[in-house]
Amino acid sequence: MRVSIEKLSKVYRDRDGRQVIALEDVEFDVEAEEFVAVLGPSGCGKTTLLNIVAGLLPASSGQVTFEGERRPGTPLTATVFQEFALFPWRTARANVEFGLEELGLPGSERAARARRYLDMTGLAGFETRFPHQLSGGMRQRVGIARALAVEPAVLLMDEPFSALDAQTRALMMEELLAIWERTRQSVLYVTHNIQEAVYLADRVVVLSRRPGRVIEIEPIALGRPRTEAYQGDPAFIRAVDRIWGLIKAQARSALGEERG
Amino acid sequence: MAVERLTVIDRAAFLRRREHRAVRVAALLGLLALWELATRIGWVPALFLPSPLGVIGELAGMASSGQLFVHLAASLRRLFLGLAVGAGAGISAGVAVGFFSLAEAVGQPLIAATFPIPKIALLPLLILWLGIGEASKVTVIALGVFFPMAINTYTGVRQADPLLIRAAVSFGAGRADVIRKVVIPSALPMVFAGLRLAAGTALLLLVAAEMIGAESGIGFLVLQAGNLMETTKLMVGIAVLSLLGVASHWALSGLERLAIPWKHT
Repeated sequence: MRVSIEKLSKVYRDRDGRQVIALEDVEFDVEAEEFVAVLGPSGCGKTTLLNIVAGLLPASSGQVTFEGERRPGTPLTATVFQEFALFPWRTARANVEFGLEELGLPGSERAARARRYLDMTGLAGFETRFPHQLSGGMRQRVGIARALAVEPAVLLMDEPFSALDAQTRALMMEELLAIWERTRQSVLYVTHNIQEAVYLADRVVVLSRRPGRVIEIEPIALGRPRTEAYQGDPAFIRAVDRIWGLIKAQARSALGEERG
Repeated sequence: MAVERLTVIDRAAFLRRREHRAVRVAALLGLLALWELATRIGWVPALFLPSPLGVIGELAGMASSGQLFVHLAASLRRLFLGLAVGAGAGISAGVAVGFFSLAEAVGQPLIAATFPIPKIALLPLLILWLGIGEASKVTVIALGVFFPMAINTYTGVRQADPLLIRAAVSFGAGRADVIRKVVIPSALPMVFAGLRLAAGTALLLLVAAEMIGAESGIGFLVLQAGNLMETTKLMVGIAVLSLLGVASHWALSGLERLAIPWKHT
């Protein structure tokens, strides 16, 4: 399905009662089978944007529309969370089955689907482990399997790898690309990491610091399937440099604010 | 400067604590032996402090005559009923007050206002209302159990991770499923902490209730033995009560391991 985000704004009040504009007139689309990364510094409202798209937070103005054909019995979105958000009292398999339970699938189908997505994410043999018995990388695989298992029209990912160490992150990105090649799902992926955004996405939506506005939508002219070799590609480096140029000034002013 | 060669020694050695297992056992056995000795050689008259072996003998006698089990059964019945009713009501109230803002607005001031009442002071009133039979005894235990259960459950529910609740909602969970699949499992460790507190309170109130107008129960046994100066029998009652305390602690630990496997594996 295609997601249209139109003139989306979000204003809320902070603890002192001051108005804070988190998002201002954000507008872009995610096409069917497209991988879009939303890139921005911390505090640019990326997570707010994702929550609005997921229907977990009301927008102050503007709207989000899903268009296109949807397979019956599948939800519009499913989210992979930064801090994994696994249920500690559920085993890996039971976590993956959570969304399937909410969809009302019968037990046998839940088990079959959970198995398929646990296998796809490399969790075979770990089904009966509780989250605290798994490494960070394994936990996020459960998070990804849980979101994929409900077969959402659009997969939402909120900095899914930022809580992982650098090596695990690199491996997980490769795995995510491999999975995406198989499922070809629309993905809205939020990150503050330029390399990550350019490496994964078809287009990168660059947001400004608060208030979050779209500065630029950068198409990434790299082939698919993406492999790590692309990270040395001149087109990759050019895209990273260009985006860094766009947000460097803002990052610098943020640094100054934090000092002062 | 002088040339030196120094090997590092462990300067924190005196901070490390040893377990002294043998000493633990010896201390306990030593105390019992000393006690036995003190009564044998007549330092203290057996009327004031019967010997440990004497207490064990009396316990065995009361067990074989069946007298002990009559009292134990009566006490256990009151204890279980009071715990079940109080815990059921307390957990339900805690979940409701913790989750629904309207229930919180109604329940929180009510609980805060009634919580400080020493429950034992209500016993005469409860006897007036419910009679001197089982109902007043079970009710006072249930009341004593209700508050720690309600307050702990409430705290556990409020501590449920908002991220997990949001995750559940994002996968389509409604209110009932959020409570059943996220809020209650989150609160379980606090619920068990409440149960431990409540078990102690329940035992205390049980004995108190059985000392007022009962014809059976361990509390009755202790009071009656005291009135008749049967100190050995009295000590049997106390020993059984402390065993009940230990047993309930073990039972709750076992139950907790079963109910919260994600904390123990």
